[in-house]
Amino acid sequence: MAEILDILVSAAFWTAVLRIASPYILGTLGELVCERAGVLNLGIEGIMVLGAMTGWMTVYQGGGLWVGVLAACTAGALLGLLHALLTVPLGLSQHVAGIGVTLLGSSLSYFTYRLVLPQASTPPTIEPFQPLPLPGLLAQTPLTYLAVALVGLVAYVLYRTPLGLAVRTVGENPAAVEAQGLSVTGLRIGAVVAGSALMGLAGAFLTLSAFNAFFFNMINGRGWICIALVVFASWRPGKALLGAVLFAAFDAFQLRLQQVAGGALPYQLFLMLPYLLSIAALVLMSRRAAYPRALMIPYRKGER
Amino acid sequence: MPPTPPGQPVLRLAGITKRFGPLVANDAVSLELHAGEMLALLGENGAGKTTLMNILFGHYVADEGTVEAFGKPLPPGSPRAALDAGIGMVHQHFTLADNLSVLDNVMVGTEPLFRLWSDRGAAKRRLLDLSERFGLAVRPDATVASLSVGERQRVEILKALYRNTRILILDEPTAVLTPQEAAGLFETLRRLTADGLAVVFISHKMNEVFAASDRVAVLRGGRLVATRRTAASTPEELAELMVGRSVKPPTPAAMEPGEPVLALTRVTVASGHGRPLLDAASLTVRRHQVVGIAGVSGNGQSALADLVSGLIHPDDGRLTLCGAEVGRADPADMIRRGVARIPEDRHATGLVGAMSVWENLIAERHRDPAFSRFGVLRRRAARAHAETVIREFDVRCPGPDARTQLLSGGNMQKLILGRTLAHGPQLILASQPTRGLDVGAVSYVHGRLLEARAQGAGVLLISEDLDEILAVSDCIAVMYHGRITPLLPHDRVGVGQLGLLMAGHWDILPDIIGESAHAS
Repeated sequence: MAEILDILVSAAFWTAVLRIASPYILGTLGELVCERAGVLNLGIEGIMVLGAMTGWMTVYQGGGLWVGVLAACTAGALLGLLHALLTVPLGLSQHVAGIGVTLLGSSLSYFTYRLVLPQASTPPTIEPFQPLPLPGLLAQTPLTYLAVALVGLVAYVLYRTPLGLAVRTVGENPAAVEAQGLSVTGLRIGAVVAGSALMGLAGAFLTLSAFNAFFFNMINGRGWICIALVVFASWRPGKALLGAVLFAAFDAFQLRLQQVAGGALPYQLFLMLPYLLSIAALVLMSRRAAYPRALMIPYRKGER
Repeated sequence: MPPTPPGQPVLRLAGITKRFGPLVANDAVSLELHAGEMLALLGENGAGKTTLMNILFGHYVADEGTVEAFGKPLPPGSPRAALDAGIGMVHQHFTLADNLSVLDNVMVGTEPLFRLWSDRGAAKRRLLDLSERFGLAVRPDATVASLSVGERQRVEILKALYRNTRILILDEPTAVLTPQEAAGLFETLRRLTADGLAVVFISHKMNEVFAASDRVAVLRGGRLVATRRTAASTPEELAELMVGRSVKPPTPAAMEPGEPVLALTRVTVASGHGRPLLDAASLTVRRHQVVGIAGVSGNGQSALADLVSGLIHPDDGRLTLCGAEVGRADPADMIRRGVARIPEDRHATGLVGAMSVWENLIAERHRDPAFSRFGVLRRRAARAHAETVIREFDVRCPGPDARTQLLSGGNMQKLILGRTLAHGPQLILASQPTRGLDVGAVSYVHGRLLEARAQGAGVLLISEDLDEILAVSDCIAVMYHGRITPLLPHDRVGVGQLGLLMAGHWDILPDIIGESAHAS
């Protein structure tokens, strides 16, 4: 017991939690923006892979770190635009289009990586973002600070601006938006593109901040976790932050628990822990979640 | 808003034509509207009323013709342009976001989209101001999901007023309202026209047209057949203009009731919280008898319908069908025992819109040997059956393979009638069978119900429309808080007494029952 408490009160533990949480925060925010507008974006996994690769590749080819971040966002936005065009004006199944985007994003990333670095056996590295200690706060990289700041920004836009109100309404009832003279198509495409840019940023965090290289399978299902976190968060940015931190805490906790109690139990059990606890939390938190009513329903003008 | 010289129309539709494929929904319709005027747009379902208003509001683009508001042509196909020109529309299917607040729903789209802040305080003040000025009470912070249908409609009207609407269009505004709410709505609309607004409301109910409108325009088959000053016309004339022939509502012939087909004896159904859905309810329906159940919606009518359909079961008391006790029969059992059901909501529980006419027609008995063998559907037999029903029940549709959701409300209802009445039912459970139907379809449905009654079926008619109850019922019972009054012979009870009973004043019951007992 004492060892467990030691883990929970150590500053290093919470530093690790925020670091692990960052891609989840960004990815969940991105997915949340898409879903609030009524579009499920299962392309998140592939968009994060492309963001990770593009960000890293830009820096590897001599660009600055922030240029890499910008490139990752742009790449995410472009894949998001593809998803939006398929699902909004064309009204295709959001599931199928999303899975297609994920497959395209991942394959395109690996293909590009191999094309540029055909014979790299060990992944080449770059100089990533360095922790930036803030007085009174834990030392984190700038992208983590950015992720936390974006939670506030997204919440403000959604709840305090006319644009946010329009986005929330289009996810609830697109006919209401059209009857008020706004463009359903424009709002949805915009939200998906913006959300996907955040997903690209989430991917770039891994290659530019958490690690210093790009390798295959590095996203490793993080995108899917973000989709569950959106439900956990009941589509609210503040709760998304909470969910991401909670999941990251489980993850950081099991890593340390392995060191403490590693001998007694197979380590695979520890690896399962965050997922099991997340499922439990999901069940508890999201039973009464008011999901956006128009989520996954394509809107065709003039149809009932 | 540009000032309009007095006497000039605020709105002018000229030669509007709209085609959907081979169908001409609007055929060279021209119409004018003046400030302070209330115009009723009357017509049967499918006459093109909604299409015309959707063109006016910019949801559709007309193939020919122009719209002019306040003397300026309106660019086609843009709700935004219509809103900016002072045209507001209250859609039949409300365009509200349920999970958002009333204020959110009113505000969306009214501020510049990319402004960095939103002035909710000012918006709330303006909304409350309008609410007070026009007597439309709302709670700005309530979520729409928590509002009643009448309150939602109020929000829709306020949404339009908030945008300085001078021309207000309402698409079948009373379809979802109780008679009391409808009366309140027309009072509100009167206040608006007194304020100088021009109001157009779509309707197919004659009493509304006469109660509220100054002028009436009648559409039939997409053409404008007449406009009249309402005061100078008669219901008969308008009905004939609307349908194209004279409509005679069927009158029930007197008939001696036979043995009971349905009997409830002190049936109680618990709701799981608070008041039971049905509270020691007793009721008997006999052969050759139409029993009308009146009541304000939400007083246990749905539970009664579910009970007779086999969807829920009595927690206490007895339910018998043709003399045999019904245990925990499921809907399939009830169908086999001869219960024909016309569900309350034909879209949600009556039909599967995405499936074809023939599939819907065998939905209740697809396991009959006539329609399937060894678990495989006999499609040819099912289609032939569909052809017969389509012919006999005059269902207007392209054929057995047509998707059901493409049918009009009246034709959907005919389809349901064809599905249930074709098999000689013992008991017909008709829940709101004519809700949202036009005059022609209403008299058709009533005619069919009376025909089944003549053939020996008992009919349990649940309706919120008192006119309907009084028109076809032999006996009437009123539901209030899950309880049912004894049967009251329909010639012994008037609208006023029914209204009191519906409001729970059961202390007048002894008088009514005493009178009828005395007379018989």
